[in-house]
This record gives sequence, structure tokens and C-alpha cells, in this order.
Amino acid sequence: MSVMRAELTKFRSVPSTAWSLLSALTLIVAFGVMYAMVRVTRPPADPTGFDAVEVSLAGVQVAQLAVGILGVMVITNEYASGLIRTTLAAVPRRIPVLWGKAAVLATVIFTLCLPAVFGAFLSGQSVLSAERLDISLDEPAVARAVVGGALYLAVVAVIGLGLGTILRHTAGGVAAVIGFLLGPQMLTGFLPAELADDMYRWLPSPAGLAITTTAPGSTLLSPWSGFAVFLLYAAGLLTLAAWRLRRHDA
Amino acid sequence: MIEAKGLTKRYGDKCAVEDLTFTVRPGIVTGFLGPNGAGKSTTMRMILGLDRPTRGSVTVNGKPYAAHRTPLREVGALLDARAVHPGRSPYHHLLALAQSNGLPRSRVLDVIEAVGLADIAKRRTGRFSLGMEQRLGIATALLGDPHTLILDEPLNGLDTEGIRWVRALLRDLAARGRTVFVSSHLMTEMALTADHVVVIGKGRLVADRSLASLVADSGHSSLEDAFVDLTSGAVEFPAPTQNGSHS
Repeated sequence: MSVMRAELTKFRSVPSTAWSLLSALTLIVAFGVMYAMVRVTRPPADPTGFDAVEVSLAGVQVAQLAVGILGVMVITNEYASGLIRTTLAAVPRRIPVLWGKAAVLATVIFTLCLPAVFGAFLSGQSVLSAERLDISLDEPAVARAVVGGALYLAVVAVIGLGLGTILRHTAGGVAAVIGFLLGPQMLTGFLPAELADDMYRWLPSPAGLAITTTAPGSTLLSPWSGFAVFLLYAAGLLTLAAWRLRRHDA
Repeated sequence: MIEAKGLTKRYGDKCAVEDLTFTVRPGIVTGFLGPNGAGKSTTMRMILGLDRPTRGSVTVNGKPYAAHRTPLREVGALLDARAVHPGRSPYHHLLALAQSNGLPRSRVLDVIEAVGLADIAKRRTGRFSLGMEQRLGIATALLGDPHTLILDEPLNGLDTEGIRWVRALLRDLAARGRTVFVSSHLMTEMALTADHVVVIGKGRLVADRSLASLVADSGHSSLEDAFVDLTSGAVEFPAPTQNGSHS
């Protein structure tokens, strides 16, 4: 608990945190509105398969980069300056530092992104209502998808932290988190179509984003199973990160 | 009290520290001397549990460093004054460390006052001079009011007044029964500050004795000359001799 307080103090007291969060929140709302506007000018031929929630939450997929990079930076800036040695000398068991950072990241990102995602949903729906494509928050699964957007981003930040801890280097960590979130989907393009469809749903980002959809097609896992798979990826990376932090010289 | 026994650190087939055995006692200032690359910083990192020894062991106040529950109350360390986030203020830097060891906020204000950073405590460290960063580093080491202090080159970048201040501080801490282990490459300064010296060269122990006896037995009049004599075989980049090579 004391380590978590210390990590919160560190997190709050550097200007880069505020800038990353501000850009994430702006991206969530701005891209949601923009994509809704695009869909209004090009309405779907068959409205039954149209997921109005997913459209208004499009910003989550852009904001995930800002959030993931923030997660990386929280640890790699300590390696870059050498501060990590002071941190680990103060907490020689080391692992609490990782849990503390993960808890702070997940809590802060979820708390701040939830109203942003909610705002993106509301403004997106008001744009979509022009073509009567909008959906109400009372409809089944809509609230879950909106809260899911914030949950997804909280886990993305922890994934960034895991990758940053493993690599100990800002540029490497940033490249890794972008690659982890976007890379696998691109690689399935090289596979036979049927195999690619089978694999796609199990990839980190598509699995995690299933929770932000209300009409998951056959290509995605069900919302909560998808999110569970995404959590498993995060847990795997954190375990590797804990081993690396504990085992190797600082 | 710091006790190293057979402390050894290898990186691949390169040996940074080889079979170091020494004791740093409380109540005196112990200087840790050696040419660049002799293994001083590696040794200090092993004392603090940051690097794992290949062989041997080291304890601080009777226990391995990592076994202390709130280590900042036991050991204060300054390894690298530049190891601060440029966007964070001294106040928040120290506050986070204090919180991690359950130290009260009042300690943060006390050490900020003690090192003379009160006026700039809430400013970002990015534009600090090395001297100001050293003051912050010393504040970090003093934060938990520890029994043992481990300081790696605390005088770097300090002006004359700063050097005199650190010297007085170290003497005072030792006089109050603390263990003070301080590395430096400034021999004239060590001659004024240290009671005892541990000298290493190429990772091996060269001397571990009182400063007075080291200088007396060397046949030289100064610590600097005695040091050059002792470590002449262990210098990484030897300087050209003054009357050589112009034949």
C-alpha cells in the first residue's frame, strides 16, 4: 500500500502524465464523433448488422496508443534516468514496485477514461441520430460496451507497463506496445482466409475489443470471453516483467 | 557497519570485482578509492542489492540489504545525482521515496531544509546544475535518518562552499556514530575527510587501513602520491609520463 502511494506520487508529479492523459481523452471523444459523422454520410446498406456503439467508441482504438505509451513510459523513464536504482534500493523486494505501478495505471486510466468513453458514446449517438442509426444506453449490452471501452484501456496501460519493464528502454517499449496491439492483425493477412478468421479472434486487441461491441459478428469472441483472453495476455506479460525485474541487475 | 566477504562480480568473462573482503566500521569516515573502472560503483551497487554478486556476500547492519523491511531507515545511498526525473520537483521526488518506506512528510521538509534546497523545492529538476542535483542526492541519502551512508562521488559538481559543507556533514555524521562510506577520486579532499581508506584497483583490494598509516608507510608525504604508487599497476588509461616520448 505504501509503495502504491509512492507510485501515485511519482505518476502525478511529472508533466508527461497529464499530457498523455489529455491526448488520450481527446482522442477518445474526437475520433468517436468523427467516425460517427463518416458513417452518417455513408449509412450502411443493411442497418441490422450496424453496431452504433462500436462506431461511437472508435476513438478507443486510437487512444489505446497514447495509453499504451504512457504505460511504457512509467517504467522506462526510470531506466533512462537511472532513477530505477533509487526506487529499487527503497523497495528491495522489487515486485511491489511493479504491482504499485500497475494498480495506479489501471485505476487512474479507468477512472478518467470512463467519462470520456461515455461522452464519446453520447456525442456519437447524437451524430448518428441524424440518420436514425443511434442506440440508447438502455438497450441490452450497451452500458457494458461503454464501460468495456474504459476497461480495455486500463488493461492496455498495464500491457505497456509490462512491455516497458521487460525491455527497459523507451523506444523499444513504445515500438513493442504498438506492435503488440496492431501487429498481429496485420500478419494474419498472410494466412489463408479461413485460418486467418479463426486466429483473428484470439489476437490481443481483437479479443479485448470484443467487450466494446454489442453485435459481435462471427469473427469475434463473446464480449467477456474476449476480455478474459485479453487479461490473460496482460497477466502473461506482467509475469514475465516481474521475473525480469526480480531476476536481473538493475 | 558494512561487511563484504569474497565479493566478486563478473560480466561474461570480464571481472569487475574480484574477491573483495573488507569491513566499513561505524563512527569514522571511510574513503573508497580507486582509479576509474576499478569497480567502486559495482561494489556499491552490490552492497545495495541492485546487482547480484557472482560470488561472495555483503551485509549492511548485519543483514543483506534486501532483508531490511524499510531500508531507507537503515541505509542512505547516493549513487548518481543525475538519476532524477527532469520533470519532477525535489519535493515530489523525496515525497515518493518517503512514502515507499513509511517515512513522515516532515522528513521530506527537514532534509530539503538541511541541504539548502528550500527555495527551489517545487521546481522541476530538469534545469538544475550538477551541484544542485548533488544536494538533492544527499537529501535523498539523509531522508530516512539512516545509520549507514553510502555515497558515490558526492563532491562531483559542487563548488568550494558545497565541498566544505559535505565534508563537515560527513565528519559530523561519523562523530555521531554513523557508518559513512564515501567514494571519491579527489585525493586531496579524501585526505581531509576520511579516517580510513579502502583502496581497490582492477577490482581487487589494494589497501584497507587507516589513512595516516597508509601515507606514513608509503614513504610519501601525501595521500595522492601514496595512491598513485599503490594503483599504478591498475590504471585503465595510464597518463603519458611527463618527460617521456619526446626523445
